[in-house]
Amino acid sequence: MPGLGTSYGRGGATSSARDLQDADCIVIMGSNFAENHPVGFRFVLRARDKGAKVLHIDPRFTRTSAMSSDYVPMRSGTDIVFLGALINYALQNDKYFKEYVVNYTNAPFIIKEEYQDTEDLEGIFSGFDPEKKTYDNSSWAYEREEVVLPEGEPANLSERLAREKLVGRPKRDETLQHPRSVFQLMKKHYARYTPEMVEEICGTSKEEFLMVAETVTANSTPERTTTFCYAMGWTQHTYGVQTIRAGAILQGLLGNMGRPGGGILALRGHANVQGATDLSTLWNSLPGYLDMPAKAREHDTLEDFLRAQMRPTSFWQNYPKYLISLLKAWYGDAATAANDFGYDAIPKTLGNHSHYKMFEDAYNGVIKGMMVIGQNPAVGGQNASFHRKALANLDWLVVKDPFLIETATFWYEAPEVKNGTVKAEDIGTEVFYLPSTVFAETEGSFTNTSRLLQTKEKAADPPGDCRSDLWFTYELGKKLKDLYKDSTAKRDWGIKNLTWDYEPDVNPRFKIQEPSEHKIIKEINGYDIATGAPLPGFGDLQDDGSTACGCWIYTGVLPEETVNRAANREGDDYQYLNWGFAWPANRRNLYNRASARPDGKPWSERKKYIWWDEAEQKWTGFDVPDFAATKAPDTPAVPGGVGLAAQSGKDPFLMLPDGVIQLFAPAGLADGPLPTHYEPPDTPVSTNLLYPNQTFSPTAVIFDHLPNNKVHGANNSDYPFVITTYRVTEHHLSGAMTRWLPWLAELMPELFLEISPELASELGVQNKDYVTVETARGKIEAKALVTKRMRPLKVEGKMVHTVGMPIHWGYSGISTGSVPNDLSAIVADPNVFIHSSKAFTCNVKKGRLPGGVA
Amino acid sequence: MITRRDFLKRTGAVTAGATIAAVGGINVKPVQAQITKIKLQVKEGRQVPSVCPYCSVGCGMIITESEGKITNIEGNPDSPINLGSLCPKGAAALQLAVNDERPEKVLYRAPHSTSWEEKPLDWAMERIAQKIKEDRDNSFIETQDGKLVNVNPALASLGGSTLENEWNYLHAKLMRGLGVVNVENHARI
Repeated sequence: MPGLGTSYGRGGATSSARDLQDADCIVIMGSNFAENHPVGFRFVLRARDKGAKVLHIDPRFTRTSAMSSDYVPMRSGTDIVFLGALINYALQNDKYFKEYVVNYTNAPFIIKEEYQDTEDLEGIFSGFDPEKKTYDNSSWAYEREEVVLPEGEPANLSERLAREKLVGRPKRDETLQHPRSVFQLMKKHYARYTPEMVEEICGTSKEEFLMVAETVTANSTPERTTTFCYAMGWTQHTYGVQTIRAGAILQGLLGNMGRPGGGILALRGHANVQGATDLSTLWNSLPGYLDMPAKAREHDTLEDFLRAQMRPTSFWQNYPKYLISLLKAWYGDAATAANDFGYDAIPKTLGNHSHYKMFEDAYNGVIKGMMVIGQNPAVGGQNASFHRKALANLDWLVVKDPFLIETATFWYEAPEVKNGTVKAEDIGTEVFYLPSTVFAETEGSFTNTSRLLQTKEKAADPPGDCRSDLWFTYELGKKLKDLYKDSTAKRDWGIKNLTWDYEPDVNPRFKIQEPSEHKIIKEINGYDIATGAPLPGFGDLQDDGSTACGCWIYTGVLPEETVNRAANREGDDYQYLNWGFAWPANRRNLYNRASARPDGKPWSERKKYIWWDEAEQKWTGFDVPDFAATKAPDTPAVPGGVGLAAQSGKDPFLMLPDGVIQLFAPAGLADGPLPTHYEPPDTPVSTNLLYPNQTFSPTAVIFDHLPNNKVHGANNSDYPFVITTYRVTEHHLSGAMTRWLPWLAELMPELFLEISPELASELGVQNKDYVTVETARGKIEAKALVTKRMRPLKVEGKMVHTVGMPIHWGYSGISTGSVPNDLSAIVADPNVFIHSSKAFTCNVKKGRLPGGVA
Repeated sequence: MITRRDFLKRTGAVTAGATIAAVGGINVKPVQAQITKIKLQVKEGRQVPSVCPYCSVGCGMIITESEGKITNIEGNPDSPINLGSLCPKGAAALQLAVNDERPEKVLYRAPHSTSWEEKPLDWAMERIAQKIKEDRDNSFIETQDGKLVNVNPALASLGGSTLENEWNYLHAKLMRGLGVVNVENHARI
């Protein structure tokens, strides 16, 4: 999500699936939309039926390709070359949206003289430390004017801290001619990303590329808009964040952001990825995208932390209000100004604790116990056999799931136990399997891919001792609080004082009572501590301890005690503002101020969406304006102003420090201010044609110290084929919610490997023959599915074959098979530590594994 | 008379329109009223609104329950997202709930054992709480490199992105309350 966040200000998808029907062109890249989000795909088809162009750019021909206007093949993992070439095409041919770019992006901003580009340094940016494999980004900063300090006394803590951090405004050149303007630096950076280079690296013909470039730019004008849709095909790379950045830059240059039928629709993979991130069960964040304090940063005290994390010239200037309200929600009356509102009780991260590091710590015995609730790492994790080794090294493991999934059964059903390599008796892990409810047996809400919260109700009690995840966490919390109730140790202050009253609102219909959803959603929404009344919006949150709020971006979902807007069910055929609640503040299309010109008038009648109503002196339109409601377009930025006062009436991207799109990201990313092509850690080519001295990303995180986790490198003749993994419509993730369902198991009964007819003929393989697939990490078997959907591409003067395999299988359930994720390596992007499962290499041979499943 | 469809709509907020006007600063009327002609397949039983648990599109569902048993799950025709339709996974969701493969008891595997044993739920909850406390008390790091950190490095939590908002919030709160830094879910993007 930092890809979108650093570019536009928020990590969420910028539009809704519904908004696609207003697009004139839809580019689907890195997503098999039709098969993986089938019902949302209706809106793509509606657009197509109204005359929109739908382009599918992907290594595989899928049902998405079949339903698109055009399918354009490419080699997996080379998206940045393709997107960089689109950026270059728009810049070289004057096909960018000039008025939008000058006013709504940082294209005019001047970068420091010290900055050096990958063009200067053969594939790396200035500030690289080759030993640590990290960048010092100080040379990527803007040149700034003298700082102006405000007069008078600050009104509150947030204002005081913002003033301490104020810097001068960035220098600009609105003619875009300054050689160190972002515009000119970008032009230079992408100059060699040409159609010819696309043909060489991606394997896409020059003609096909130019068709895409012409179609996209022709449909990105004041009258027309283009949308991009992406999914894991963009994200799951060691440079995943930079791929999204490349798309984000392009959409900024083309002026498609904040406009109807524009934007970037990130297609999340699970019912509540968005909510789980928002609220947040992720190692590095607290609810509402507040940061976890870190030992390595200046986070010693609450004030240190707030000073370090707040951004004084954006909406994030309010950071202290959100964090202090969170601490009040968690520690109640015990949180006071005198004890920093309990800040010390929040643990400080000691380094990286992301998924793969966490399993490394489990493998090494640092982590003793693990609770796995609704995930299946024994087959779902990359290099899944390493995950099973880590599970076998735990002292104890809780698996809570509706079915006996592989993570619960690894100690007797895993391939290495079945084939005798590991004995069950030698595995010391104490395992608790707790049977779970399914979605229909609990109430609660999901936040969909368009940031829309929708509630569901409980239909029936679960069977036997099955309990909801919420019940488990609440009861566990009660027991732990009881165990610590008499402790006077300082380190137990947090658990002792944690507010923990969610006793059920008893529903006589059911025997099993759930923790009170109302109490939880009220705490998430926020309330006034003195009156107990819910707060209608995040503008009401304070930094003095007078408000409590669990997740500020969700404030407004419960504006009154009896009104839960996530349960609103009045649909309509436009933006359905009365169906569910979209964060923030029920806005459906983010940054929609940009749908109007700088003067507040719509860019065109056809693409009218939000505009300034001169008579009423407020913003109005078809959505909730993503802007201060009465801030006129001609409002100047206040010199020395903090928060939104530092931004003018024409700055639509209010979460970012200067209110405009960051085409160039001066901070916030570990691997560079501009997306740059590198090859995946396993690649079929011998070099990076763009930067021959820098084949791989210099900052990619490679876990090569883990057992059986070697990468293949460039042009490794033992592993000549590219393999890409994916999902099918009938299964979900590791299969935990589908391979136990007879209907779905019958519809899609077994694992397969998609192979082109050309490769099948080379290997002497017929359709439905067994093949073994091997990497340095593992060896599995599957049935061959010989299909023209897979096509070899000419790259580096040779034919490169790609094979494809769905990820859903494992050794438990009613449809079983080899574990596809045993093949991939644990490698990661340096920003978010996402793995690389879309482009690695393998060997394929005819025949089964000896003795069946390895 | 309140029809079933009215009931499903009313479960939300009756004052929604007014709330939007107050919060968003504008009042937006639907451009076009939605007309659905799809009728639910099932007539008997109590019906509750729900949301599909698979992908992130957020299709509306209607679950029918009769005498405490779930008898039917189908798309909600009123949802502007799916207008009553579901994909193969959503259409099979009934089997997620009504499924003989679902264990109904806690299963316990002692270290080095080769078999499961059934255990009472309370016993398991108590033992898990004890294990968490024991590990936490043995491994807790109050300071490191001269800095106050208050970390419990011994526990890890791996959640699922198919779980509800309410769980994610409460679980994050409990984990941080215990000093846990190893908290992850599927959303590594």
